[in-house]
Amino acid sequence: MDTMSQILKLLEKTDSIEINEFRMDVDELELTIMPTLQNVVQKVVEKQIEAKKEFESQIEFKYPVKDYAGKVNEVKLGGKNRKTVKLGGQTSLYRFEEPQPNAPTVTFDVFDIPMNGLPRPIKENFEDVMHSPGEWAQKAVKEFGADMITLHLIGTDPKVKDKSLKDAAKDLEEVLQAVKVPLVIGGSGNPKKDPLVLEMAAEVADGERCLLASANLDLDYQKIAQAAVKHDHAVLSWAISDINMQKVLNKALMKEGLTANDIVMDPTTCALGYGIEFSIDVMTRTRLSALKGDEILQMPMSSGTTNAWGSREAWMKKDEWGPTKYRGPIWEVVTGLTMMLCGVDIFMMLHPLSVKTLKEIGTTLTYEYKSKESQDISDWINKF
Amino acid sequence: MKVTAMDIYKLLPKTNCGKCGEASCMAFAAKLSQKEAELSACPQLKGADFEKLANMLAPAVREIKIGTGDRAVTIGGDEVLYRYELTYYNPTAVAVDLSDDMDDSAFDQKLVKIKNLEFERTGEILKLNAVALRNKSGDAEKFKKAAEKLKDSEIPVILCSFDPKAMDAALDVIGSKRPLIYAATENNIDEMSELALKHNCPISLFVPNDLEKMKQLSRKLRESGVKDIVLDPGTYIGEAIGDTMDNFIMIRRLAVEEKDDDFRFPILAVPAVCWINPEEDEILTKMKEATTAAALMNRYADVMILHGVDIWEMMPVLTLRQSLYTDPRKPQSVEAKIYEFGTVDENSPVIMTTNFALTYYTVAGDLKSGKVNCYLLVLDTNGKAVDVAVAGGQFNGKAAAELMKETGIEKLVNHKKLIIPGLAASVSGDIEDQSGWEVIVGTRDSSEVPAFLAKIW
Repeated sequence: MDTMSQILKLLEKTDSIEINEFRMDVDELELTIMPTLQNVVQKVVEKQIEAKKEFESQIEFKYPVKDYAGKVNEVKLGGKNRKTVKLGGQTSLYRFEEPQPNAPTVTFDVFDIPMNGLPRPIKENFEDVMHSPGEWAQKAVKEFGADMITLHLIGTDPKVKDKSLKDAAKDLEEVLQAVKVPLVIGGSGNPKKDPLVLEMAAEVADGERCLLASANLDLDYQKIAQAAVKHDHAVLSWAISDINMQKVLNKALMKEGLTANDIVMDPTTCALGYGIEFSIDVMTRTRLSALKGDEILQMPMSSGTTNAWGSREAWMKKDEWGPTKYRGPIWEVVTGLTMMLCGVDIFMMLHPLSVKTLKEIGTTLTYEYKSKESQDISDWINKF
Repeated sequence: MKVTAMDIYKLLPKTNCGKCGEASCMAFAAKLSQKEAELSACPQLKGADFEKLANMLAPAVREIKIGTGDRAVTIGGDEVLYRYELTYYNPTAVAVDLSDDMDDSAFDQKLVKIKNLEFERTGEILKLNAVALRNKSGDAEKFKKAAEKLKDSEIPVILCSFDPKAMDAALDVIGSKRPLIYAATENNIDEMSELALKHNCPISLFVPNDLEKMKQLSRKLRESGVKDIVLDPGTYIGEAIGDTMDNFIMIRRLAVEEKDDDFRFPILAVPAVCWINPEEDEILTKMKEATTAAALMNRYADVMILHGVDIWEMMPVLTLRQSLYTDPRKPQSVEAKIYEFGTVDENSPVIMTTNFALTYYTVAGDLKSGKVNCYLLVLDTNGKAVDVAVAGGQFNGKAAAELMKETGIEKLVNHKKLIIPGLAASVSGDIEDQSGWEVIVGTRDSSEVPAFLAKIW
């Protein structure tokens, strides 16, 4: 092989050559580049383009969007002459994957007896209407943006007023007439009386598609489920921070004829500071299971956010804690918001300010990523 | 990142020298896999071997220390997206701001407020973690002077300025205290990264609402040798708050599930932006700020900057933090035994409650503030609250009688009356039968106990 070919063979594997102490004196220099050398140069360039492409694909940003095998069923509430509210219907965990079809709903608590024991920040909004559940409901809808009303028939509890079914029916009729929003109808928590109360309510409210609150494993849930099926209502399925208990109850309710479009789950909301982390865990796991394909959990979720008012931080007078006026509403909204971010669809609440704040943030869950105008914060450091 | 003890053991010296404080390398490996030991404890691991193991053990989200000394705060360190999968690490650091254009007394007063703010919950003192110093004046000298005032404050600092000259001036006086540099942006990234390396300080990367650009800039910072980065994709409120939450989620998902090195860093939120367009009523702005802080803390914020400092605004934020970062694997209970309150003698009342931490601390707090003199028998109910323990059967006559026998309460008092919580009324008969004592059913809420005792005892 001649020297040039030998050199070229060596060059095949190299990218560059460095020649030291080279000197060439010429008057005129004509260079003819051999095809093989051209080849080598070509190969080097190609290699560089490859490397750049690989580097760029590492730099390329890929949105971490997931696909889900399951979805959350939609539950429709409200009857033919009543506003319609839809709960659930999500097909993904986060709105940047798929915005949720229905904004979180707030249902205002209204009681069948004047609630003089309510904390001041709430009472002062409703003192004038507490004597009449109908007026109370109307004020909540007209002035405070209630999407729904929850009528708590706590007066029916034998330890409270032991109201008869007939009297409870009257209260329910009053509220049904007073507002056009869908209702949640709640018993008193008395396991013996509630199934009777809810059975009566189902009949009285036939055609209005309400949410009967609630069925659990420690009472005659069959009676409630059957009444719901007979009069076309949905049922709130209440389990205490236990995903397995929830599944058992859901299954039992469906055995009575209810479908996944007729059930809303209440996995139990513990207030901020009083076990909220247990609620976070059970709500998160429930929603994740539903989206992964567990059919028995593919229903919307509810939160008894009002439980937040049971926390002493929400109502107790204590100098070191500052004024009570703001602590209560903040306690309620942070509890509700935390639940909302775990996937909860409907919230039972009491304070108008908490409701307003929660709904504002909740509505954003139905928008697409980067679809709304945002303020310019590029210079935020000196803007306040 | 599920790394087993065996994986770790394979890379250890396997000499069982014991210098790390463990009996064997295997024991050390086990502790390391549970984050219960420091890799630096092994004197034989050096250089490339140390690096390799350190990388393997590194959490999905980098752990970063801000500040020096006793009050230094560590952020990041998370491994999972959902706390039920394991636990969250390093509670969100909460910082309140001071600006360099405040007059001296206002500055000093707010600094004291920030340092001293605290409130107690379930036996824990909840406090703020840092001060964010804003270069609001835009003047490098003023920024430097203000930083000077914070130099000996012993509280971690976040230096906020987009001007490298001002940041340089401030770092000259406070750089040795490891402040968080806020922030590098696409306009100043070269100068800011130089400062971060020069002073060995963590640095924030602020790229509003553009994750694609953030990836590039994070890559650039990392390539220049910066290791401690804190990501700020911009905090928006109003209708755009959804974008902020989405960005936070995406960053965390990329870190935990995709192991994308450009995003394996703690996230910073600025709820203080609520003050850019404040409400007419300052109270409403503070509530908005607290709500924004709560939302973002639920969405992986590792450090946040607030402006308000009222106790009622901080309470929900700090309480949420305490709840989120409780380790779900550990039962929240106290020791089951006899506790004394005030000055007790043979006539003192005897009260019983459960060993659920929240229950115990609530009752204890009420007894203390009510200046009650009594014995408190704390029953082991597996850390369940009164109503749950009654429903679950742990609060029953036999267990109560056994506790009374073990603690020898019979010998301490000259009566045989036991006061139980109102919520345990249904087991009063059972307790009477098993213990032979008279059971008095007390109040539903322990806050009513002092008044109750004054009446009946």
